[in-house]
Amino acid sequence: MTFNEPHIDYAGISPIIALTVGLCVVLLSGVFKPVKRWAPGLTIVTLAAAAGLLIWQWGESKDLISKALRLDDLAISISLIAILTAAFCVLLSVREPATEEAGSGEYHSLLLGSVLGMVLLAEAQNLVTFFVALETLSIPLYILCATNLRREGSLESGLKYLIVGSLGSATLLYGMAFLYGGTGSTNFDGIALGIADRGMLGDPLILIGIAMAAVGLAFKTSIAPFHQWTPDVYQGAPTPITSFMAVATKAAAFAVFLRFFDVALGPQVDDWQPALAVLAAISIVVGNVGALGQDSLKRMLGYSGVAQAGYMLGGVVVASESGVSSLVFYLAAYSFMNLAAFAVIVARERETPFGDGIRSVRGLGAERPLLAWLLTISMLALAGLPATSGFIGKLYLIEALVEGDYTWLAVFIAVGTMISLAYYLPVVAAMWMRPRGEPAAGAAPAIAGASPDADPIDPDAGRRLHLLAPALLAAAATVFFGIIPQPLVDFAAHAGASLF
Amino acid sequence: MINALLWAPLAFGFLGLFLPRRASGWWAVLGALVTLAIAAWMVFDFDSGSSGLQHAVDVSWISGLGVDYSLGVDGLNIFLVALTALLWLAGTAFAAFREQERPHLFFFLMMLAETATLGSFLAQDLLLFVLFFDLMLVPFYFLFGAWGSDRAGGPTAAAATLKMIVYTLVGSLLMLVAAIATAIISADGGHLTFSIAAIQQQGIGVDSQRWIFWFFAAAFLVKMPAFLLHGWMPDAYRAAPLPVLLVFSGVLAKVGAYGFLRVVLPLFPAAAIEFQEVVLVIALASILYGSVMAFTQTNVRLIAGYSSVAQLGFITAGIFALRADGSDGAVLQMVNHGLVVAPIFVIVAILVERTGTEDIREMGGMALRAPVLAALFLIIVLATLAMPGSANFIGEFYILNGLFQSKIVFALIAISGVAMSAYYALRLYQRTMHNRKPDGVASREIGLRDTLVLGPIVLCILALALYPQLILQRTAPTVEQTVAGVTGGNAPEAQLARK
Repeated sequence: MTFNEPHIDYAGISPIIALTVGLCVVLLSGVFKPVKRWAPGLTIVTLAAAAGLLIWQWGESKDLISKALRLDDLAISISLIAILTAAFCVLLSVREPATEEAGSGEYHSLLLGSVLGMVLLAEAQNLVTFFVALETLSIPLYILCATNLRREGSLESGLKYLIVGSLGSATLLYGMAFLYGGTGSTNFDGIALGIADRGMLGDPLILIGIAMAAVGLAFKTSIAPFHQWTPDVYQGAPTPITSFMAVATKAAAFAVFLRFFDVALGPQVDDWQPALAVLAAISIVVGNVGALGQDSLKRMLGYSGVAQAGYMLGGVVVASESGVSSLVFYLAAYSFMNLAAFAVIVARERETPFGDGIRSVRGLGAERPLLAWLLTISMLALAGLPATSGFIGKLYLIEALVEGDYTWLAVFIAVGTMISLAYYLPVVAAMWMRPRGEPAAGAAPAIAGASPDADPIDPDAGRRLHLLAPALLAAAATVFFGIIPQPLVDFAAHAGASLF
Repeated sequence: MINALLWAPLAFGFLGLFLPRRASGWWAVLGALVTLAIAAWMVFDFDSGSSGLQHAVDVSWISGLGVDYSLGVDGLNIFLVALTALLWLAGTAFAAFREQERPHLFFFLMMLAETATLGSFLAQDLLLFVLFFDLMLVPFYFLFGAWGSDRAGGPTAAAATLKMIVYTLVGSLLMLVAAIATAIISADGGHLTFSIAAIQQQGIGVDSQRWIFWFFAAAFLVKMPAFLLHGWMPDAYRAAPLPVLLVFSGVLAKVGAYGFLRVVLPLFPAAAIEFQEVVLVIALASILYGSVMAFTQTNVRLIAGYSSVAQLGFITAGIFALRADGSDGAVLQMVNHGLVVAPIFVIVAILVERTGTEDIREMGGMALRAPVLAALFLIIVLATLAMPGSANFIGEFYILNGLFQSKIVFALIAISGVAMSAYYALRLYQRTMHNRKPDGVASREIGLRDTLVLGPIVLCILALALYPQLILQRTAPTVEQTVAGVTGGNAPEAQLARK
């Protein structure tokens, strides 16, 4: 009896293997006392190995595991963004109470599990892998949100995320069932073929499927009006996890958004384009208006994330190569500026008794000029001012939108950006333009998120290298790509070329 | 050389961060001086017969997006560049003579602002222009907000500044969309470029011109500020620190007017003709409203601020006469206005130091023991009200002449602005310098330091009064070409400017 072994492209799936092996090693390291302390280091090694293998595969374009996955520059670039964010998250988690409470091994292996899900999601081109990857990404995050066991907010955030996330997944799954029913295929190109060739174009079955899938994905990318969980979950989760969720989840979800809509639903483009454009516009308005007057920086960034997701959705709407490129560019730029902000917020959370309230950064310009500079750069970049990558990112997106005849959406972005100044700039003003707010003597600080048994204050947190180095790196990248954007433009153009 | 001009201020500002506190101010002054020297050399080296770009630099910056790093000087911007360099030197020197909080950051931001402003004057690529135009706001946001003064019973400096930023960015973000749309429409599926010259050559359709025109016009009119879009001005002017306000009022308002000449007229000629009267109405409203407000306000900063609204109205009217002489006058008047409004703020600062108030009702008699101060101020005031013999008179004459020949009704109304300017300028002078001196206020002569700041500017005013051809001769060829691009022919009366 002969056995024909299937061809397995080990090189192509090597990043996935590396992450899986690393996940097991990190989990086991938590069990043995002598190596317990190594968990963060092992996580970084795993991420570095996966990143190295992905870079090695850069430029490849091939189907893996009988077309369940596709390795191309889009998948690689998005995976790299997710891995970089996870590495930042590991650094920000050092000395984080949540890490201790949940157990360092478990915490970091969950993080790796989520990264594994993101890499799979970025490569998914089959409904089944798509869904499995999405759950691999989400389930560890539900747990990670709740790892700060002693804080009610953290537990609430985990539960809320679980319920809303499951609702989103269920909706998506329902939509997938319609699509499969209509086209008879789970592969993305099979679906495209089914829509075009079997006369299903404009069939209600397909349209319902598309609508439900879009809603499910909108939950994951926190696009309004499916964003309600975002501010609460962002505020409650441990801050390093918030930074990871804000950037990496969004990147991975947008990768599959692009692949699913541009490849599988490509033939139906005229129907979903206007619908997504409206969603983007709603998201821009709701996010920017919601962020106004927020006192908690994490909540503010949550709402700003909703608005930014609206901008980025524009890259999906136009369904063109420049749309994909601009979206990848924006995601990369967005990750740097957000990470700088979150690193400073983590530092101030540990230094002051004000948690993530805007009071925690008051007078920072005089007290800690370096940290203040970093947060300033990040805020200006989020607001899209020139000499930061935020400006170039907006330029790229608007160019793609105008080219794709969606000038009105570009105007929405411009107006949204204008509103956004009214909440980004007050943070800058608080740092540089007002005296430092002193806590009332003796009284326990009565602010959101701080319970009587609040985390101990570490007055030197802002000087510690594990916080300062990532913040510096992210802010430097933000300015660098604002002045010399060409390398990042090339990177994004490669990703864009892989879909069209 | 043009690169040195653009980046010298920023380089000096950046190095100044690492110097001792007391040296940082003088280091910035040195930087501004070097910049002025380069700018002066460029004026000297300028070929007055040519209408094209000189000292041009053009390299690809973001090739994927069609953005070039493209700079150059011509008749439209050469004197605005020189004005920028001169006023920045005055502003930094004025600030360096006085104690500043956090001087490192202050002078760094001042120098960054100079580079951004020079950049928006020099840029020959539409997107580079928008980028520098937006970048200017960043340093001024910090300078106004962090070094400005909170007003009792009014908004804090931070709030006033936020209002200014939101106002101006509304315009400039829409301008970003409009700039990108312009490039894409003109490329028409071909090679995408933001080069102003290339877009002008390819041209864009009349329908697109209509909406794009207003997106650009909004940005420029807010910056000036024009009537109805000036809401940010009173609060921001009252909050701003005076050395910063000096350069802000002297130079930044001109960027808006310059934008009309550099971008709007060449790229959207059809829309410029179509909306000529609408813009003229806004300009006239600015003249009337600014003048009336300037002679009813009692705060010295606001008198200067509203007079700028009126003057910028004049300049806009000159540009939208859509004739060579009107635009010639507008360019001359931009320089003139910068040269008079900046020293007014220096004098305001001196008066405030002596009297402790910004209200002209509580001032007076300052000329008593200060003949030099009074004489300098008088020269400035006479130039402001466009006394015959001053360069401002020539500028207003050209503007009104252009307006008369294209739209006589508008010209007749605009003339009333000339009369009103005499009223508010003389009122400012009389109320502060003459009248009875209030108790507890000492009239002191101007110090050597402030004379050093004021002197060169007043000398420039006098020099231009004697020889306005210095500017007119060099700007005329480019201006004629720009205007001819709109009206489609070289009007004979354009010769007037060259005589």
